[in-house]
Amino acid sequence: MRWKSFFLTAGMYLIIPALFLICWHVAARQVQNEVILPGIGQVAGLLRHPAQDLISMGSLAANVGISLVRVLAGYLLAVMLAVPLGIVMGYYRPVFKLLNGFLSLFRPIPPLAWVPLVLAWFGVASLASVMKVESGPSYIFLNNLKFSMIFIIFIGAFYPVLTSSIHGVANVRRILLDSAHVLGAGRRDIFRKILLPAAAPSIVNGMRIGLGVAWMCLVSAEMLPGSLSGVGYLITHAYTMANTDIVIAGMISIGLVGAGLDLVFRLWEEKKFAWTRMAR
Amino acid sequence: MKESHILNIETLGKTFSTSNGGSIEALRHVDLDVDENEFLCIVGPSGCGKSTLLRIVAGLEQMTKGRILRRGLEITGAHRDVGMVFQEYSLLPWRNVLDNVALGPEFAGAPKKARRETALACLRLVGMESFSRAFPHELSGGMRQRVAIARALANNPDILLMDEPFGALDAHTRILMQKELLRVWEAHRKTILFVTHGVDEAIYLADRILVMSARPGRIIDIFNVDMPRPRRRSDPVYGQLAEKILNLLEKEAALSFGG
Repeated sequence: MRWKSFFLTAGMYLIIPALFLICWHVAARQVQNEVILPGIGQVAGLLRHPAQDLISMGSLAANVGISLVRVLAGYLLAVMLAVPLGIVMGYYRPVFKLLNGFLSLFRPIPPLAWVPLVLAWFGVASLASVMKVESGPSYIFLNNLKFSMIFIIFIGAFYPVLTSSIHGVANVRRILLDSAHVLGAGRRDIFRKILLPAAAPSIVNGMRIGLGVAWMCLVSAEMLPGSLSGVGYLITHAYTMANTDIVIAGMISIGLVGAGLDLVFRLWEEKKFAWTRMAR
Repeated sequence: MKESHILNIETLGKTFSTSNGGSIEALRHVDLDVDENEFLCIVGPSGCGKSTLLRIVAGLEQMTKGRILRRGLEITGAHRDVGMVFQEYSLLPWRNVLDNVALGPEFAGAPKKARRETALACLRLVGMESFSRAFPHELSGGMRQRVAIARALANNPDILLMDEPFGALDAHTRILMQKELLRVWEAHRKTILFVTHGVDEAIYLADRILVMSARPGRIIDIFNVDMPRPRRRSDPVYGQLAEKILNLLEKEAALSFGG
């Protein structure tokens, strides 16, 4: 009985992907053109050997790794700025009124629309050019962190995190603040022991969405001039060389990594904020 | 000011300004002296400002007129010596019972061991020490309010303000909680200001009952309850007092409905 239900559940998850793969396979055989649609085996082969060097631009794994570092740099910057700002804006009405109108003007602008301006500002400047590192392995690493890319990723992650932080703090039940005040809480206690934990589920949810958006901004960021690596660049470069199998392998890697990051956040939320589901 | 007064409320007034530019007078000219260790109940029609009165004493709300002295010193804001229990459930949902009760000592900067001991002692007092590891959502309404009382006591306040603390509980639990509260009060002898709209509850608990008018809230009468505790609800004095207060409240309610 248990095995039966296990297979049923597994079947439910697998049935659509399996159908999708079958369609892909059939379509690829019909098309008979690997630039339009390469076969499953070809793409799977690339994914099975992620450390293999591709079209003289490094391996899939190395490019995904570089992309991850970029995304994390822009994302962490966004979190570090948006969370404190959101908490203050959520708690102090006047600060909210002061900043919200201004910030709302920039919210609807897609990160990609910033590209011309960002290039005018930063060009191909990277951390390496600021830190005056001009050779060696640290140069290669730092030179991959272009300001223009980090800025695009930052913009993408900033708003979801900001909005959810404001929302989380503004919705903290008044009674919790009142009782903390009566118990003798100072301003620091209110922020650290009441507002932050009470708003944490909302903030972490925003951080999860923000990371997803940051990851989605990746390809556009890596299409910027000066970029010679990263999974986004790999895809565009493979496209110009008509290596559609690499394009698809790159897309699948982006999907897998994005879903993996999302899963990590979900597990964290599940574990840490079990009380939100139970509390009234 | 008498030596035994722990609290003097002098010509207190409170006017709220509303968002559309108008104003609502919640309290008018409230004068009250509270004795040390007294159990004082405040009853009145809903919206008469009795909760506002408590919130002002707690330092959560500013008064617009008058002043309040606690042991001769003016109250300017929230103070550790004034504890409060609310009608709404107010425990922090992400902390367990023990860490909720230890909150006051934690804010005061007490070392971890000391505040745990204080919290456990207070939980024992309300009969909740075996639930110290439980989380608020695992407790019934009555248990949550016991923990809330323990949490207020952990600061060892000399005045305990209670704003309809049993209002959200079912009738049976409420009666149990009233007994329990008297037991705690008799063991610890705090001064208690207890807001309720249950006249029965007030007579069961109070040394003195203060009856407030409809808005703007004023004190219209004060009754001494001279019955030995534990009080029996079948006592004829109980019934007579209840009738007197209910009549008074009915008149007030009619006034507030009539505009």
